[in-house]
Order: sequence, then structure tokens, then C-alpha cells
Amino acid sequence: MTTPQIEIQLIASIVAIACAIPGVFLVLRKMALISDAISHSILPGIVLGFFLTHDLNSPILILLAALTGVITVVLVEAIQKTGLVKEDTAIGLVFPALFSIGVILIAKNANDVHLDVDAVLLGELAFAPFDRLMMSGMDLGPKSLWVMGVILVIIIILLFLFFKELKVSTFDAGLSSALGISPVVMHYGLMSVSSVTVVGAFDAVGAILVVAMMIAPAATAYLLTSDLKKMIGLSVFFGIFSAISGYWVAHWLDASISGSISTMLGVVFLAVYLFAPNKGLISVLYRQKQQRTEVSLITFLLHLNNHSEEEERHINHLQEHINWQKVRSKTVLDLALKNNMITIDRSIVSLTDKGKEFTELALEYIITNKDEKIEPMKDDFFLFRG
Amino acid sequence: MSDLIAIQVDDLTVAYNYKPVLWDIDLQVPEGVLMAIVGPNGAGKSTLIKAILGIIKPIAGSITIYGEPYEKQRKLVAYVPQKGTVDWDFPTTAIDVVMMGTYGRLGWIKRPGTKEKKAALEALEKVGMLAFKNRQISQLSGGQQQRVFLARALVQDASIYFMDEPFQGVDATTEIAIINILKELRRAGKTLVVVHHDLQTVPEYFDWVTFLNVKKIATGPVKDIFNDDNLTKTYGINYKVAINK
Repeated sequence: MTTPQIEIQLIASIVAIACAIPGVFLVLRKMALISDAISHSILPGIVLGFFLTHDLNSPILILLAALTGVITVVLVEAIQKTGLVKEDTAIGLVFPALFSIGVILIAKNANDVHLDVDAVLLGELAFAPFDRLMMSGMDLGPKSLWVMGVILVIIIILLFLFFKELKVSTFDAGLSSALGISPVVMHYGLMSVSSVTVVGAFDAVGAILVVAMMIAPAATAYLLTSDLKKMIGLSVFFGIFSAISGYWVAHWLDASISGSISTMLGVVFLAVYLFAPNKGLISVLYRQKQQRTEVSLITFLLHLNNHSEEEERHINHLQEHINWQKVRSKTVLDLALKNNMITIDRSIVSLTDKGKEFTELALEYIITNKDEKIEPMKDDFFLFRG
Repeated sequence: MSDLIAIQVDDLTVAYNYKPVLWDIDLQVPEGVLMAIVGPNGAGKSTLIKAILGIIKPIAGSITIYGEPYEKQRKLVAYVPQKGTVDWDFPTTAIDVVMMGTYGRLGWIKRPGTKEKKAALEALEKVGMLAFKNRQISQLSGGQQQRVFLARALVQDASIYFMDEPFQGVDATTEIAIINILKELRRAGKTLVVVHHDLQTVPEYFDWVTFLNVKKIATGPVKDIFNDDNLTKTYGINYKVAINK
């Protein structure tokens, strides 16, 4: 690997981490669309900042553009508060308006500089190593590495300091407010951090792909864990994984790096969506099938419990008598045998003591709907896991 | 009940988009009562609680908790929001939700430690949810979720408890478990304000009641004012309920 290759992967990874962390909270607050709005409406801020500073990596430009992001949020909320339109409509009204102002500003004034709409939308990581931070003649590395590095450090410090506040204000704004942890402060804090991140990242990955970097890792992690800390950790992992694998995909295909990273984010999400242990599609289908079998099992056991007559418990009779709902009777019989719930003697099926106990517990649960009764059964049977 | 006034509300008016939802409310809640707020849908019951807790800013009026503004008395107050106001798919566990009750006392930045964890475990035990402490909250039944919310309020170790429809969507067993805890809190001298929907159970559960329908209709001891006259004034129809003496 050459130095620029390492630098590009490093920048991409840092951008991915910096985006993934606020992204988790945006996803949990159901505000994914807001990141889309911010990423577009910062454009006029970037252009104005560029006129002032003539440097895309200047901290003043970043803060000015981030302010546009926060203004977007304020405008969206103001329009929403009129009660005339819903949030998604308000977002749809605000960000194209601001974005188009930015487009016009670029077209009228910035034709001769390195700032065009393509670069804003798509970014270009490949060029990032060329713009270097020089200090008294010393080469300190690519500028965007420093910019994103500083932003990432700030994000991590804020996350550590305000983790509990972020959690409670995201989960329960009412309680948070009553406790004195202002959800409004947390909301605008998160919006400011997201805006700064988006501005810092847009130069590398562009305004559209930065949305993927914020939302996709968090959405993927959400499918895998029910622990907020693990969700943040997994998001960061998926972000880095997509950044580095995306870089190499781009390298082999000779394609856009940011496009490849986003594609990898999508591929990772798809894989997790299919194969996640609990929420994944395959797991859900398997569970549904298993639940069908278990419903049949209980129907079958109840029937045995209700009838002492031998003719009612003969295998042939059971096969005709019970409506097996897409489940093969053999599957149910095997499941019952495997769990020692029945014995079969000369084609007559009888409940064992364990089978009787299970049937009674299940019956009690069905009648009373009391969860406590079936707590021990949850380990063995999908049906009771809700 | 003592002679102290726990909550004092004067001339409170709250409006959403200039439409008043609470008009000129005067209310005194004595210390140590278990009070129901009753009224039809849209009467402003939840809004009243939220205004007292500073979650909604009123357009007029003043509210004090033991003579001081709420901001100074936060630590004396616990709050159980309506169960439906939070996302139960949030990636967290029962004990973690209960621990959130300690955040107010901790203040900004400081993190919960072993002391807070112990308090949370005790609260879970009290509501009969200790076995579920590490269960993801979406895997709990409606009644269990409500118990977790109650445990979170218990862990706040407050003097005044505000609860927004704690009996909504819970089965009879949980309802009895919850009301027993509320009565126990009252016996310990706590003040409880509960938004309540089931008029039938008011005389059995509560000793104090406030009738609300945008304006305050009446407030006082259940045995004195829980009658057809006030019910009719509040609900606008001739409302007959069986009042158990």
C-alpha cells in the first residue's frame, strides 16, 4: 500500500466513526431524514464560508456551515409547529430551498474555484491526500484527516460526558425534562454535532453519501443488539468495515470511492437483515414456522388430555381428526416424543406426566394470559416468547 | 394527610397554538393524599401534570411545590409518563430504564454507580420484576412495562409522585399490584397525583379527587365531592356511577 492509499482509508474510517456515533441517536430518535436535510442545506453555509475564508477546511467555514444545519432544524420545527403540515413535509420544504440557494451561489460566483455541485453531492476521497496541512514547512498530513480527526475527538468526548443524558432524553423526553435534563438542549446539541460532522465529512464523501454513513451503520446495528452501548460499538465497526472494504472495491473496480463505501454499507445492511439472529428475515421465518408447529403441538396435547378413550388417541384417528394447519403430523409427533411428552404404545398415543404438566401450564397461560406461569417454558418454546 | 400544601397551582392557563387546553386552574393538593384527576378525553389531565412538572410552559399562572418553584424542588418529585409516550423498541433493559430514575439526583455528566444499581434492583423487587431485570424492554408485556415505569419512579425516592394513567392497558393483577404500592406510598406520607380513567374504582383507590374539564370543576376528599352532581358537570351528561361507601 502506498501512503496516499493508507491516508484515504484512514480518512474514510475516521469519517465513518464520526458519522456512526451521532447516527445511532438520529436513528433511535426517528430523525434519519433530518440528517438528509442537514447534509443538503449546509450548502449555502459552505459557499458563504468559502467566500470568506477561501479554504474548504477552515474551522470558520465548518462552524458557519454547521450553523446553517441547525437553522434547518429550527425552520423545520417552526413550520411543523404551525400545525398545517407534518414533519416530513416540513423537511421537504426547507432543505431544497436552502440547497438551491447554495447551488445558485455557486453558479453565480464560484465557477472558477474548486467548489462545484458534483463535488458537494458526491465528494472525492481520492483527492483528499493532495490537500495537505503544512506548518512551518513541515508536512503534517492531509488537511481533511486533521479536520475529521478533531471532530471525531470532540464527538467521543461529548459521547462519554453526556451518554446518560443522550440516552434518557432519547428514550423518554418527558421524564428527561422533569428530571432537569433538558431534552431541548440535548436535541440542539445533537443537531449541532450532526451538522458539524456532516460539514466536516462532506468534502470527503459528499452530501448524499454522508447520509448513508450516518444512518446505515446504526440501522444495521439496531438489528443485532438490544443494548445501546453495543449498538454504538457495532455501528462504529460496520462504519469502519464498509469504509475499508469500500475503498478496495473501488480500487478493483476503478470506481468512485465514496460510492463503493455506500454500496458496502448497503451490502452489510442487507446481509444483517437476512441473517441477524433475532430480527433477521430468515430467523423470523424460522420462528414463525416453529410457532406454527408448537401451536399444533398444544392443540394435539390438549386433545390427548381431553380424551381417555383409546379410539380418540389412535394415531390414524389423530391424523384425520386434528386440523394440522400446514404442519405435518409427523413433525408434531416427533417434537412431542423428543420432549418426552407422549408415549406411543401399539399406535395408541398417551400423555406422559411431563406432557400432562406441560399441557396444564399451557392451558393456564392461554386462559389467564399470565406471563409468570410460562417463564421456564420460554427457553424451549418459541411460542411463549412473544 | 397533613395540613401542609404539597402542590399549589394558581391561575394556571395552558394553550397549544393559542387554543387554551387549561383555563385558569386553581388547585391545592394537601400533603399525603392519593389523588385522582378525572375528566373526559381532552380535558387537559396530562397537560396539567406536564405543566406542574415544567414540561409544558403555561401562558399564565404560577405553580409551587412546597412553596418553591418546581425547578428548585425537582428532587422531591417523581414522574411516570403515559406508557405510550416512549418507544419500547429502544435498545435497553428493564434495569437500565429503572436506573434512569436516578439521573435527576445525579445531575449532569455524573454516571450511575453501584449505589444507583442497588436502588434500581430494590425497586424492581418491590414491583415484582426482579426476575426480568435484564430483559429487553420490548420483550415485556404491557403490565410489566408499566411496573418497570413504576419502579423507575420508586427509585427517584420522591415526596410527590405524578402518574399519567398507570392503569392503562394492564391486567387486573398488575392493577392491584400497582394500587397496593400507591397506597403503601401514601401510608408512608407521600403525595400521589394520578390521572385516572376508570370512574368505578375512584372511591376504592383514592381518597382525594380533582374533576377537570379544561376548567377545574371541583377538588377535595372523595367522600365529600365524588357525586353525580360533579360527574355531570365534568362529563356534561347525567353520569351515574355506583359509589361504594
